[in-house]
Amino acid sequence: MELEIPYTVEERPDTGLTNARLAIWLFLASEVMLFGSLFSAYVLLRSGSEFWPRQADYVNIPLATLNTIVLITSSVTIVMAWASLKLQQFRSYRLYMGLTVLAGLGFLILKGVEYGQKFEHHYYPATNNFLGMYFVLTGLHIAHVIGGLVVNLYLLGPGARMWKTAPAQFTGRVEAAGLYWHFVDLVWIFLFPVLYLL
Amino acid sequence: MLELLGLPPEASAHAAEIDRVIVLLHWLMAVLAAGWGAFFLYTLVRFRRGANPVARREGITAGWSTYVEAAVVLSEVVILVFFSIPAYSARVTGFPNAMEATEVRVVAEQFAWNVHYPGADRTFGRTDIRLVSSENPIGLDRKDPAAADDVVSVNQFNIPLGRPVIVHLTSKDVIHSFGLPQMRVKQDAIPGMVHDLWFTPTRTGDWEIVCSQLCGLGHYRMRGFYSVQAPEAFTAWLREAATP
Amino acid sequence: MPTFFRRYIFSLDHKVIGVQYALTSLVFLLFGFTLMLLMRWQLAYPGQPLPFIGGLFGVANAPGGVMLPEFYNQLGAMHGTVMVFLGVVPLAVGGFGNYVMPLQIGASDMAFPKLNMASYWLYFLGGVTMLASFVLPGGAANSGWTAYPPLSYFATIGQTVWLGGMLFLILSSLLGSVNFITTIVQLRAPGLTWFRLPFFVWGQLVTAFLLLLAFPALQAAALLQAMDRIFGTSFFMPSGLVYGGKVVAGAGGGNPLLWQHLFWFLAHPEVYVLILPAMGIVVEIMTANTRKPIWGYRLMVGSAIFLGFMSFLVWAHHMFLTGMGTSISTFFQTTTMIISIPSVIILSALFLSLYGGSIRFNTPMLFALAFLPMFGIGGLTGLPLGLASSDIALHDTYYVIGHFHYVVAPGTIFALFAGVYYWYPKVTGRLMNETLGKIHFAGSFVFINGIFMPMFIQGLAGMNRRLYDGGAQYAHVKDVLHWNTFMSWSAWGLGLFQLFFIVNVFLSLRTGKPAGSNPWQATTLDWAATSSPPLAHGNFASAPVVHRGPYDYSVPGTREDFIPQHVEHADGEAR
Ligand code: HEA
Ligand code: HEA
Ligand code: CUA
Ligand SMILES: [Cu+2]
Repeated sequence: MELEIPYTVEERPDTGLTNARLAIWLFLASEVMLFGSLFSAYVLLRSGSEFWPRQADYVNIPLATLNTIVLITSSVTIVMAWASLKLQQFRSYRLYMGLTVLAGLGFLILKGVEYGQKFEHHYYPATNNFLGMYFVLTGLHIAHVIGGLVVNLYLLGPGARMWKTAPAQFTGRVEAAGLYWHFVDLVWIFLFPVLYLL
Repeated sequence: MLELLGLPPEASAHAAEIDRVIVLLHWLMAVLAAGWGAFFLYTLVRFRRGANPVARREGITAGWSTYVEAAVVLSEVVILVFFSIPAYSARVTGFPNAMEATEVRVVAEQFAWNVHYPGADRTFGRTDIRLVSSENPIGLDRKDPAAADDVVSVNQFNIPLGRPVIVHLTSKDVIHSFGLPQMRVKQDAIPGMVHDLWFTPTRTGDWEIVCSQLCGLGHYRMRGFYSVQAPEAFTAWLREAATP
Repeated sequence: MPTFFRRYIFSLDHKVIGVQYALTSLVFLLFGFTLMLLMRWQLAYPGQPLPFIGGLFGVANAPGGVMLPEFYNQLGAMHGTVMVFLGVVPLAVGGFGNYVMPLQIGASDMAFPKLNMASYWLYFLGGVTMLASFVLPGGAANSGWTAYPPLSYFATIGQTVWLGGMLFLILSSLLGSVNFITTIVQLRAPGLTWFRLPFFVWGQLVTAFLLLLAFPALQAAALLQAMDRIFGTSFFMPSGLVYGGKVVAGAGGGNPLLWQHLFWFLAHPEVYVLILPAMGIVVEIMTANTRKPIWGYRLMVGSAIFLGFMSFLVWAHHMFLTGMGTSISTFFQTTTMIISIPSVIILSALFLSLYGGSIRFNTPMLFALAFLPMFGIGGLTGLPLGLASSDIALHDTYYVIGHFHYVVAPGTIFALFAGVYYWYPKVTGRLMNETLGKIHFAGSFVFINGIFMPMFIQGLAGMNRRLYDGGAQYAHVKDVLHWNTFMSWSAWGLGLFQLFFIVNVFLSLRTGKPAGSNPWQATTLDWAATSSPPLAHGNFASAPVVHRGPYDYSVPGTREDFIPQHVEHADGEAR
């Protein structure tokens, strides 16, 4: 006895929203507060400490630049994936979503290499507060990437069956996943200058 | 009102300023509570079902409540702007000249208050955490010439009457709070930071230092003593304490 | 037929989930209260063995039945944590919000039923985690509910588990708040415009926004503290600490105040999370039992929203004594005074609403009425704390404890009791027993004031909170020390009178008067759904359409003194 909940697919006329779209925006607002709190913590720790390590000594800028490019690319491809659905082109959806997933995996692999380099040099969270914040912020970001990957993989694989039965709802899901993925991308675009360049 | 509230005796120059804020606010509170309380009881009796079987939908139409609210706002603004902000600012700025004051360092630890006097040279000796031991709780470097006449006392804080006191407050381990109720002084002692506070005692007496921040299992017994002494008595005490 | 599990354990029905929340949180309330009853023994009779049950706690906590300071601190920290995060908020939001809000907006369920179920189970997990921490070596968290580092850094393993429990609870409330907001925005019945929402729904909406946007700060803080404790980082640890005679290893360079900022950025909005749903409950009960609408509905809604915004800007009034300069303290004193204004307006509006009413004194109404002066006392005593100068004298004394307990205990808890008596017939189809209810009210009212009123006297005299011996060491409080026994006996008396409530809750299930669908003759949509037998999943036989504002009581000319929101045109109503 599954219950019909209204406005899962169609928009509510007076608010112009579907439930999922509103929910994802709310969720992202809360995520902004989470990363915002951590950024504030970073700023406070850095500005309040007597000596802050030279960040460039610890990080691998070329690798991170490459990673930035990879992630921005994936943001583009996920938009293409959603647009393909809007144009009823399911096959190109698969292509673009596949590319998004690949880019996400690529990001993780590069990040793994970077972490490996840190541990090789015996750089751990406890080494100093810069590395502590580095691991917390990037670690949390990685967790978000993994979460997004799982969702995207689902929408690429088993979840895509919904295209046959409820195309509008499926498109809505891809849209929500895309919003989330943009957010993850955006967080990285903040992290990159803060942790690597400043 | 002041007697009614039962605050500890006022024994510093600024205590009255702080108490004034408390008293004014309690007047405001008393008036509001009495007024609304009376209104409340009146409505309960007058408009109980037995006395008023049919409710009047539009209810109260008089506009006086707006004036009451405006009056509350106004009182709060007055107390805030003319009493509280100046009283607090005087605590955190407007420090007296160090030459005219008695300067001490207070280092809190679980569960004791270490008071460090600079001695006759008015210069604190160097301290180093590596020198900390049970005999030397603040890690004073006795080799430093400035430390020669320094006095460190534990849980006993003596101050002379009528002269401003400046305290440089910090902690060795966790957060404590340095409370002198009769002085209307309270300030958190935070490790890694030094906070300065000042006050001028105006009455002699022997009272207690109260730790006012949960600092572990001994928080409840982290009690020190402080004595406001006549200046001569204080000087004598300091001289005696400085001779090993 | 859905299986037993689907129906009662992993139900997707907001009403079942609401009841799950309510029962679980009531048990936690009782548990949190019990912790306090133990503490009050130690406060009244420091150093004397606990009678009868002293042996139960083991030598690590209470050798010879005498509570150790370590144990007292655990009880204190866990009382605060349990009451706030596991008791009051889950009951007010998870319980009442979940059950009543979808009914009041005419929805068939929450927008995301599976998410709703997940919220409950995360909450449950968080609660179990917190409880489990009592049996760890060193016991539960013991650094206060505020968990200030560095004290919490040096604390036993229980602190780490506390952080883990908090992460579950935070996750639960984030999912819940997304769900609540979406439901209120999207699933309102046709015709139910914003200014036709019952005030209860407004309370829940603002609350959900506070939870959504404030909790992430604590999430971040808990994550950082967990890193400090597990991975040895120094986010909150300054350099050069000497603890227990030894220099503390570690990189240092951190800042203990960072934790306080993050914690209070959550915890101040959290106190409005404790009060707004309570105000919502009180409004519903007052309108139904005065037979008239609330005075200044729009003003109250505006005030509640303003309260929500402002509550993000006052957090550092808990930190006046951490070495704040003039400008920052001026800012926070000012915002604190500003935030008191909407509370004054709301409370005044509630008082004014009584005027002209036809007041029925049933049990829910008694509790709701008592809320008004009790919240008034609690709110007024917030003012001296909100000014930095007077806070120098009052910070960390029992005055603070008195202030906030007046708001949360005879305030919020009374409102919650009122809500239980009021909506019980909706849930079970039966009314609770009035005689038992009135005894419960009278006893609770007298004794709860007996606990908390003397706290102001003690606090003004300078008696500190969180003292294991209740201040017995200190000379300056010896004149007010005798109140401790009085307060403790009041607390035990309060406990005794709760038995009438517990008995009533269970007894009325069988023997309560059948209530029908609308026993209070109320106007909001929750009473339009049939009550007994309990509602099926889906709530309304046919989707309701709303034609009027929430409180059309005593409309002149009509035959009945109330017109439900879904009634298009009542007999005798002017067109
Ligand atoms: C529901 C909970 C709740 C609510 C609503 C409030 C409301 C307020 N609180 Fe409180 N507060 C807490 C819960 C709450 N507080 C808790 C839990 C703590 C302690 C945490 C800890 O340290 O452990 C705390 C601590 C606390 C402090 C820190 C004190 C310290 O540690 O030194 C301060 C300081 O500004 C403060 C201020 C205020 C103010 C100005 C309000 C205002 O919003 C109040 C406004 C209301 C009014 C002004 C009432 C108006 C009344 C009338 C109009 C009529 C009255 C009529 C009759 C009496 C008949 N609170
Ligand atoms: C919502 C929050 C809340 C609530 C409701 C309460 C309720 C009570 N509190 Fe609490 N308290 C705190 C939050 C709360 N407290 C916090 C945050 C602290 C600070 C902790 C710290 O220092 O870190 C504190 C500290 C604190 C202290 C200070 C301890 C100290 O500083 O050393 C004291 C002292 O008396 C106290 C007493 C009480 C009492 C007697 C009640 C009573 O009013 C309790 C009344 C409760 C009931 C009446 C519940 C009844 C429940 C039922 C009847 C359930 C029925 C069950 C079923 C039907 C299944 N509390
Ligand atoms: Cu030191 Cu409490
Ligand atoms: Cu606050």
